[in-house]
Amino acid sequence: MIDLLRHGLAIAAKDLRVELRSRTALVTAIAFAALVLVIFNFARDPAGARTIDLAPSILWVTITFASMLTFNRAFALEKENAALDGILLSPMPRGALFLGKYLANLAFVATVTAITLPLFVLFFNVSLGGALPGLLAVAVLAIAGFVAVGTVFSAMAVRTRFAELMLPVLLLPFLVPPIMAAVQVTSRLLAGRPLLEQAAWLKILGVYDVVFLTLSAMIFPALVDE
Amino acid sequence: MTEHQQSRAMDRIKAAATVRRGLITTAIGLVGLAATIVLVQLYTPTEARQGLAQKIFYLHAPTAWSTLLAFSLCGLAGGLYLWLRDPRLDVFAESSAEVGLVFAAMMLSTGPLWGKPIWGTFWQWEPRLTLTLLEVFLFIGYRALRGAIVDPSERARYSAIVGLLGLALVPFVHLSVYLFRTIHPQPIVLKPSAPSLPWEMLRTLFFSLAVFTVLYLGFVTARYGLGLLRQSRSTEHAD
Repeated sequence: MIDLLRHGLAIAAKDLRVELRSRTALVTAIAFAALVLVIFNFARDPAGARTIDLAPSILWVTITFASMLTFNRAFALEKENAALDGILLSPMPRGALFLGKYLANLAFVATVTAITLPLFVLFFNVSLGGALPGLLAVAVLAIAGFVAVGTVFSAMAVRTRFAELMLPVLLLPFLVPPIMAAVQVTSRLLAGRPLLEQAAWLKILGVYDVVFLTLSAMIFPALVDE
Repeated sequence: MTEHQQSRAMDRIKAAATVRRGLITTAIGLVGLAATIVLVQLYTPTEARQGLAQKIFYLHAPTAWSTLLAFSLCGLAGGLYLWLRDPRLDVFAESSAEVGLVFAAMMLSTGPLWGKPIWGTFWQWEPRLTLTLLEVFLFIGYRALRGAIVDPSERARYSAIVGLLGLALVPFVHLSVYLFRTIHPQPIVLKPSAPSLPWEMLRTLFFSLAVFTVLYLGFVTARYGLGLLRQSRSTEHAD
């Protein structure tokens, strides 16, 4: 168990180090998120819909779509020079590879979220008020599950033809429950309602996280089998 | 003829027999379908408020059942494949996914025909419709994924994973039903209290459910046999 964690962290640290030195994926994803926010601002009728009504959807669509861009990176990197074969040859459990990639993806998505949120407040003039802690809690719950599925699908998509197309087609159906829950809860939070009023949605998110994190970790070894 | 070729010829004969069995089952299912239509038109009372439009229910609900059955069995076969690694399970999963898409097309075309006169709209963004649609998209993705991978073992493993995860997504479909306000008819048979449908209607529904199950079995058996034949041809090319 300790070994698994140690190896996993080594993989995650490697991924983050590569990213910190090149800064391509993260900067691109953040620029993408900002651009989507700008587009959303003009893709609505300013006289028709109030910003606050659309704000939760805009926030979550932006975050999830930007996250999807970072998933492609995780295994595209390993495909170059057949780096994945090297990792698979090392005496490390396959579960550790999943854990490492998952943690790295989680770090990317968390960073994208942490930068999108203030941009969103800035662009749409939303006052978070006391909603911030609740919003962060929902963000953690919403992200944890779909990043697991995204990690599995990105490992898969990178080895197919049309990888850039395959990942969103496979992943988007799985994004719907978390996005639905996150948007519902966010809109109540922005309306000043307490977080615990939304216990049902939070439970769905929690169960989703447990189910998909477990399943992903269990089937990942079959994915990289040769 | 070498021993290898001989066993391959045997496999092919067996696969062809499977296709025939599937076609015979389908024929029985089609006769049942004709009987269902007679039953619906002549022996089933017309619903008091919805009138004749409600009769499509006896086709719509069973197609939804077959779709769900097909996708679930595809997911289960995928899970079993990851465990047992028997290529026949992969052929079955592929067949079930494809047949499921056929039933889904029926479900998605009969639903709006019922929805327009009763709800006043062809499509309603309510959770059960939305998420069934998503399952359909997921299995379209499943087909696309299969088409995008050349190596058979890789294709089998990847699609098994997608099928299995798709199966895991289904409970979230049902969970969300209870959280959203919905205008879709609530469950009338599988619910804690007794079914709220009169016996004459329930009888027709059960008959139709059985018919669509037979149709599913017929389609999937025939497609499975064809899949085995195709697999045998492709290994022949590989040799």
